[in-house]
Amino acid sequence: MVSNLIISAQNLDLTFQTNDGPVHALKDVSLEIGKGEFVSFIGPSGCGKTTFLRCIAGLEQPTGGQISVNGMTPDEARKARAYGYVFQAAGLYPWRTIGGNIKLPLEVMGFSKAEQAERVARVMDLVDLSGFQKKFPWQLSGGMQQRASIARALAFDADILLMDEPFGALDEIVRDHLNEQLLALWARTEKTIGFVTHSIPEAVYLSTKIVVMSPRPGRITDVIDSPLPRERPLDIRDSKEFIEIAHRVRDGLRAGHQDDV
Amino acid sequence: MIYVVGALILWGLGWMLNARLANGPRANTRAVQIAVPVIFGATILLIWELIVRGLSVPLVILPPPSMIATTFANSLPILWADFVQTFVKGALSGFVIGGVAAFLLAIVVDRYDFLRRGLLPVGNFMAALPIVGTAPILVMWFGFDWQSKAAVVVVMVFFPILVNTVAGLRDTSDMQRDLMRTYGASYGQTLFKLRLPAAMPFIFNGLKIATTLALVGAIVAEFFGSPTRGMGFRISTSVGQLALDMVWAEIVVAALAGSFFYGAIALCEKGVTFWHPSQRS
Amino acid sequence: MFKRSVLPVLTVLGVIMALWYAACIPMNSAWTIQQLERSGETMTVSEHIADTWAQERPRLPAPHQVAAELWDTTVMKKITSKKSLIYHGWITLSATLLGFGIGTTLGVLLAVGIVHSRAMDMSVMPWAIVSQTIPIIAIAPMIIVVLYSIGVQGMLPKAIISAYLSFFPVVVGMVKGLRSPDAMQLDLLRTYSANKSQSFWKLRLPASVPYLFASLKIGVAASLVGAIVGELPTGAVRGLGARLLAGSYYGQTIQIWSALFAAAILAAGLVALIGLLERVTLRRMGERP
Repeated sequence: MVSNLIISAQNLDLTFQTNDGPVHALKDVSLEIGKGEFVSFIGPSGCGKTTFLRCIAGLEQPTGGQISVNGMTPDEARKARAYGYVFQAAGLYPWRTIGGNIKLPLEVMGFSKAEQAERVARVMDLVDLSGFQKKFPWQLSGGMQQRASIARALAFDADILLMDEPFGALDEIVRDHLNEQLLALWARTEKTIGFVTHSIPEAVYLSTKIVVMSPRPGRITDVIDSPLPRERPLDIRDSKEFIEIAHRVRDGLRAGHQDDV
Repeated sequence: MIYVVGALILWGLGWMLNARLANGPRANTRAVQIAVPVIFGATILLIWELIVRGLSVPLVILPPPSMIATTFANSLPILWADFVQTFVKGALSGFVIGGVAAFLLAIVVDRYDFLRRGLLPVGNFMAALPIVGTAPILVMWFGFDWQSKAAVVVVMVFFPILVNTVAGLRDTSDMQRDLMRTYGASYGQTLFKLRLPAAMPFIFNGLKIATTLALVGAIVAEFFGSPTRGMGFRISTSVGQLALDMVWAEIVVAALAGSFFYGAIALCEKGVTFWHPSQRS
Repeated sequence: MFKRSVLPVLTVLGVIMALWYAACIPMNSAWTIQQLERSGETMTVSEHIADTWAQERPRLPAPHQVAAELWDTTVMKKITSKKSLIYHGWITLSATLLGFGIGTTLGVLLAVGIVHSRAMDMSVMPWAIVSQTIPIIAIAPMIIVVLYSIGVQGMLPKAIISAYLSFFPVVVGMVKGLRSPDAMQLDLLRTYSANKSQSFWKLRLPASVPYLFASLKIGVAASLVGAIVGELPTGAVRGLGARLLAGSYYGQTIQIWSALFAAAILAAGLVALIGLLERVTLRRMGERP
């Protein structure tokens, strides 16, 4: 039993009905995530990592099993605004300024005008975007746009941050930089983070817990608790421990692959 | 004969000038981009003038531009009254009524999937039909005055705006809609904060198509009966009297009205959808 | 398939029919009441309603009356008869097709010129675009009368109107299509040192086909409108436009509605035909079905 349980899934099943017959996206997935953990989901495409994240967010309905978020059903948690979600693309509204985009969830949730302004300023500072409030998304680089979308997810101060390959479309250098910033942000805000990725170094560098998944049907093959300290400079990636964990992740991915090659 | 030769020489000169401007080093400047079509248009007008005079083309076939301009300047009160009757009363009121009705229906249709599946093919089908043919019926129902013209315009602009608005309201990605769901946003919040802004480029596309249709509808409907004023009325009676200078003056009014109407909508579009890739420079 | 697409459309059509029948009652009942007052008879409500659906010159004819008129004037009449809608339809259709052919051909040629000559592009293209915003159909009556006065009448004047109405959409669409290949595709041909005509035939023209068909559909609908409007000003006695005009002179509402439906069927048929051609062509060119 994890202390301060935030997310708990038991024997989760999800089958999509498609034109080519049913697709078993998740099979018998059980996982517990405690408060303040940074959990990465890694696996090849079709392994159900994004689907699992969407189940936590209440964006997909599981067809079997139990899942609870903050002791509620995901749908209730969604309506209680328990989490911020960051998508693969920044998905900022082009007709709103950066500040306007970050304000969007606050408007929807009915914060007062003064509180909106105060929160926008705070989270923009948090992701290092102060001064870009009046710019439009298309005037910013891809990395800055993704930072703005993280700020948008942080604006209403939910305890949980769910991120679906947020840096997948960015180049390596920008990605390293954002990874570092994300860790700093996590340390400062003590949020619980669920993070989908297909990059092994990214998963190992960021996480306290790495969940390895494999496809057809989507399932968990390994859960690795990282022995790395919470304080992580970028060059920790050259350390022996880091390489060992990366190895274990790679082995897990390979094992999951064996039965369909 | 000298006029005709002059016209040919002018044509050659105008074209040479344009060819040099267009292939010259300053071809991408705004000034040249405006100058070239203006030179082309002016050349055409001059050649028209010269040929009509040179070959003494009868006025009942083609009046020279100078005469059209004179008629235009001398009949401003008539042209203005016709413009008000056809454009302001007929086309504009029909455009507003039809546009608002189509917009509201689009929002209802979009809300109910069954309605959308049913109405959209019908709307697309209707948008391709010669709806202007309803003019005689509507003139019979609403009388000769502007009300019947407005009715024709309503029917004509309705379907393009409906179809475009419905398409626009659906033009949001799954991700954008999921984002609103993660905020637990209501239908109204999603509509006003996401889907209507996203639909604006489509809506304006429909509105722009509708501007031309509105004028066509208002003018053609007058061919089926009108009070003794209006652009369509003036065109059909002047044609009957072989007063072609008046017909052309009226066509100039129609062209100006059409371009300004379209231009006004395009200007609004630029203001509202400044963020869309097609509007950024 | 049936539940997803056919059923909703049928439902909507059914509702439209029902509304149509319902609308006939208030629209036509004044006439019925007038007749009753004149004759002093009385009617039950159902008789009254039935009467609004069976008048000879109703303000709004009921669907079955229009259908009966359509049947009567197509299948039941010889096609050479002046009362046959097929005869009138053919008059309009032939002018439409001739004009559409002329307009499309000239439009494509001008588009090719515009794409290859910068001077032509900069001179003509702005005017072609502006022409789309103005109601050029307003010149239709003048063309008919002017051509009549120099002895040209019948199909040709209408075809000319049809031609210029379909001309501009084709020019604009075709220019867009011929310009649709992106820089990379054009650069590829440049690495083969292909000349202008090779890159035209092998890249620009095939790339423009989807755009061409899109503007052909707009063009053919505009052509038909042109031919119909072209029949109005001279008081022509043949063609669908003439039927509309005659019907409105003599208050023959059923005739107007049937001519309107004939025009609609014609338009739908022409657009569908081009849609079919489009599908066949694009499939031959390797587009996924």
